[in-house]
Amino acid sequence: MPERVNYWGIPHDWGAPELYVYTIMFGAALIMLYRFYLRASLWWKVGRPEARWDKLHIRIWKLIQYAIVQTKVLNQRYPGVMHVAIAWAYFIFFLGTALTTIHERFFKFLFGNVLFAYKFVLDVFTIIFLVGVGMAIYRRYSQKPKRLTLDPGFTFSLVMITVIVLGGLLTESFRLAVEQPAWAWSSPAGWIVAQLWIATGASDAVLTNWHLVAWIFHLLTVAGTIIALPVGTLLHVLTGPLNAFFAKLDRPTGELAPIPLTPDGDQIYASKLSDLSWKQLLDGDACTECGRCQDACPAHAAGTPLNPKELILSVRDALRADAAAVMGGNGDAPDLVGEKIAEEVLWSCTTCGACVEACPVLVEHVDTIVDMRRHLVIEGAVDAELQTALSNLGRYGNSFGKSDRMRARWAKGVDPKVKDAGREQVEYLWFVGDYASYSPTLTGITLKTADVFQKADLDFGILYKGENHSGNDVRRVGEEGLFEMLVEKNLKALSRSKFETIVTTDPHSYNTLKHEYPANGNGEWKVMHYSELLDQMIASGQIKFSKKLGYKVTYHDPCYLGRYNGVYDAPRRVIEATGCEIVEMPRNREDGFCCGAGGGRIWMEEGEIEERPSESRINEAVALDGVDAFVVACPKDVTMYADAVKTTGQEEKIIVKDLIELVHEAM
Amino acid sequence: MNNDIYVVIEHVREQVADISYIMLAAARDLAQETGGEVVGILLGQDADGLAGDLAADKVLYGEDPALAEFTSDAYQNALAGLIRENAPRAVFFGSTTIGTDVAGVLSARLGLPLVSSCLKIDDGMIVSQICGGKIMTESNLADTTTLITMIPGGYKPEEGQGGSPEVTPVAVDVADLRVALKEYIEPEVADVDITQEDVLIAIGRGIQTEDNIELAEELAELLGGAVCASRPVVDQGWLPTPRMVGKSGQLVKPKLYLALGISGAPEHVEGMAEAENIIAVNIDPGAPIFDIAKYGAEVDLFDLIDYLLEALEDA
Amino acid sequence: MTHIMVPVKLVPDLVEELEIADSGTALDMTWLRLIINEFDDHAIEQAILLKERSGGEVTVIAPDQEGMDDVLFTAAAKGADRIIKLIGDFEEGTNNHALARAFADAAKDAGPDLILTGVQGNDDLDGSVGPYLAEYLGMTYVGYVAGLSLEGDKAIVQKEYPGGLIAEMEVSLPAVLGIQAAEEPPRYVAVSKVRQMMKEASIDEVDAGDLDTSGGLEVSSMYLPEAAERAEMLEGDEEEIAAKLVEIFKEIGVM
Repeated sequence: MPERVNYWGIPHDWGAPELYVYTIMFGAALIMLYRFYLRASLWWKVGRPEARWDKLHIRIWKLIQYAIVQTKVLNQRYPGVMHVAIAWAYFIFFLGTALTTIHERFFKFLFGNVLFAYKFVLDVFTIIFLVGVGMAIYRRYSQKPKRLTLDPGFTFSLVMITVIVLGGLLTESFRLAVEQPAWAWSSPAGWIVAQLWIATGASDAVLTNWHLVAWIFHLLTVAGTIIALPVGTLLHVLTGPLNAFFAKLDRPTGELAPIPLTPDGDQIYASKLSDLSWKQLLDGDACTECGRCQDACPAHAAGTPLNPKELILSVRDALRADAAAVMGGNGDAPDLVGEKIAEEVLWSCTTCGACVEACPVLVEHVDTIVDMRRHLVIEGAVDAELQTALSNLGRYGNSFGKSDRMRARWAKGVDPKVKDAGREQVEYLWFVGDYASYSPTLTGITLKTADVFQKADLDFGILYKGENHSGNDVRRVGEEGLFEMLVEKNLKALSRSKFETIVTTDPHSYNTLKHEYPANGNGEWKVMHYSELLDQMIASGQIKFSKKLGYKVTYHDPCYLGRYNGVYDAPRRVIEATGCEIVEMPRNREDGFCCGAGGGRIWMEEGEIEERPSESRINEAVALDGVDAFVVACPKDVTMYADAVKTTGQEEKIIVKDLIELVHEAM
Repeated sequence: MNNDIYVVIEHVREQVADISYIMLAAARDLAQETGGEVVGILLGQDADGLAGDLAADKVLYGEDPALAEFTSDAYQNALAGLIRENAPRAVFFGSTTIGTDVAGVLSARLGLPLVSSCLKIDDGMIVSQICGGKIMTESNLADTTTLITMIPGGYKPEEGQGGSPEVTPVAVDVADLRVALKEYIEPEVADVDITQEDVLIAIGRGIQTEDNIELAEELAELLGGAVCASRPVVDQGWLPTPRMVGKSGQLVKPKLYLALGISGAPEHVEGMAEAENIIAVNIDPGAPIFDIAKYGAEVDLFDLIDYLLEALEDA
Repeated sequence: MTHIMVPVKLVPDLVEELEIADSGTALDMTWLRLIINEFDDHAIEQAILLKERSGGEVTVIAPDQEGMDDVLFTAAAKGADRIIKLIGDFEEGTNNHALARAFADAAKDAGPDLILTGVQGNDDLDGSVGPYLAEYLGMTYVGYVAGLSLEGDKAIVQKEYPGGLIAEMEVSLPAVLGIQAAEEPPRYVAVSKVRQMMKEASIDEVDAGDLDTSGGLEVSSMYLPEAAERAEMLEGDEEEIAAKLVEIFKEIGVM
């Protein structure tokens, strides 16, 4: 029965070959680890502390999911298959090498059918690897997608990992050419190459010598690559899994962390490298420069200065360039914000989270951007429009600069009168939100919402002038103090009211009320988006439709409803219940494309842009076949897209409808 | 104290300001109640020619090199003496960069009451406004000389023109000067002279963003006019200073003044109250602009502009 | 070192509906929202800009009114070195003569080289604070100032005239300047910075004693403008109004 022969054809004249192998490999590993330590220690030496060690079992699961199975990598077909072919092949090669060591030193098991299977799997993955490399070469040197960094470092890595595998294949093929065993079929790749050597008619001795050369070459390239790993583009092999392991677990995506504090309790506003946490610095080193975030980013697509990939790389490059100065404490390290990352870059972000969703190694771009915005706000570096909005929010509790007594003016003619939740108990507290309350163009939709609720006999009320802006976007602008102030005011009004569930039409309010408002003395309340409530009422028969609308519509996922809170199906069920057919846009659900208004962008100067995100979205919808309406489930979306329909001149082709308009019409 | 009503004539660089004529018209109304004369106070150097068409019964002309151009303390000192000596029933000052530098100081120095922002005289009552025109007040003349600062809007400048008053030189004492005019700095050259346009599309805070100015430009183009603005828009740097209408900006009298998103603060109204046809669009029904406009619309600005552009393109 | 004092006051917020008190001669204070006089806000900004440019010390002084602490702490957060609150009977409002006398008493003690204050306030019935303050202190007054620089014991000020004309004037210090606009719009101060100031900075309280309101104006009546003077309001939705406007344009001959 065939058994695996260790160190076949390797002369023992200079001593046991394993001595060389172990010396070289352990040496290489030590050098690699030392160099990696030099690099990694900067994270905690420069960055501030942040607790990310809890819930180990979830962390290990994340590691398996994102670093080993690589589910996010696989979200995109071509680059996903390409990367996984290479990565999984290396996992298998690594495993294979480990198994030989076990076989050699601890437990003999590689013989007979087990050996055949072992060899076969390794060889198949060699072929899979080579396919992956072929795809990589085509992508990097022929397709050259814009998002890729075309840097010699990547070519070097690609060459090295290919040379290692080819070296292994050569070694195997020379051995097979000499042995020509009956079971050569179990090494299909090696056997095919071996045919070449057999065809040359070279003697066994010559081939055995060549085998030795190939074996040494393979050993040295592996060692060299390991040594080079911490300073090259292959670093992500270590940092990617680490980043997945240390992913944010302490809070939902929709919740931002409060402003970090120094040990003395002073607030830290991120302007310098040392203001970022070690994890934020790790994000920089974990970045593989794949550019998926860049492709997903609405601000980048619009031609603003923000490129999420460049932003994260700026952090990485700053760490490389300035860590010594920061640690030396001589204070001449340049600021991150302003010098390495321009203010306009930070202000361009809509906080839509598409970059975070796209990132295969779980980089947390938005949190870092908001941290840096907090610094800009505390420095007063806000544009005039944003300043007006923030001042209005501070003074009046709304961005419109209108009196709080006008907040419920829309409800003036509603009959029966909308209940004041501060005075009488209701089941549902409708948190109306600024845009639905104050924007004159949205009054019609707000009234229809009230009408639907009343027709469905929903027991609901509003806070009247007690309601303030929820603060979701105030927080994302970086005005944490104002956010806290708005939360205090709203909690005061909420604690005076008796209700069971908050319902809101605004996904932004929904997000912050659900995740960022501390449950107060009133007990925990449930927060629902109106799409969820409508869905529930339709299912229970509380809302009955009298007709089928029969429109062909498309649906836009609001970022703070979809990506941030995973509510994708409820609004779609509601639309279908009204008798409409949904045609999905190419960018839907998790890949939904932001309207451009989030993160406080709606309050800021637009700046130089090429195409507004909302216009890009309308063009996307118009390209669908025969769609009459663009359905949204967010008041700001109504405003943004109604404008975009006008500016793109598509008024004849498509109209923007709020979800409630469909429900109202079908009732 | 006599029953005469004094008007401090304002002039800059040999030009009598419109507010002077408006004050003369108001003074005439008041003099009819008190039974006194309307007396213009003209301070300057070689400036008696400016008295020419003032609708005053007489003009007291105080001449001094220090009064050649306005400076606050020279005027304060000269006028303090004149008012103290002559004790008129009332003195009008412009609610302007000139008048307000003087009136308050004299009120404190001479212990005389001051009425701000007088719009008109109604049956001997001084009608004035506060809170950006949202509140009106009425006051009687006090028992002492009453100082009044005047805003435009209640009278047309023509009502104070067309006289040929007798000019009487008076001695003035301007001693102890601590303010000196160094130079006048000309406004930046206008790309468009909005004072010469028949149609003005005026934009205010309600325009919200710089990009929206484009919409106003389109409207102006279709109507063959120009875009002008209230102070907030210019302060943001969205339009150059020569496009500003109001107290510190231009005085305009177009055929059509379409005010978009302008609330109508008195400082702005001063610059455009004389327009032939004022049409105001504002979402706030309480905006004071509706008090001076001929037509008003309480709707969303941007929706209206869209329809208006469409309608004009069709027309 | 130049000591700049900035007296500020609160004025009615015109965003709110204003109502007349039962007396018929004053504003109803019950529903009034008071905010910092925007011209005073510019005066604070101009003072801070001067300090940042050429050093000096900035004192902001204000009468004790509801909401004034916020205004003072905001000023401190912007860079004011000292914040003073005048304690007295200011809650129901007072006239500008009385306010200026109270400011003048405090200024005599503090001895500023330069006083910057808003050129006017929207509730000025009887002149503005600046000229009164100047006269009570025996200082020079120049108003409508939109920018200045300091040269020794003189201020070079840019005074605004109609039509965009600027008069550059040389003013001997000490002087009171009525600020029309700061060289830069007032800066934004983050809420947490103001809250931090509330912990760190302290407001100096100065007793203003009994207020001397003499010289003020007694109005005989106060009322909201009559609706009769209002524009003819065009009814309908935006589209209909647009059509009506086009008709009006034709009528007045601009089309």
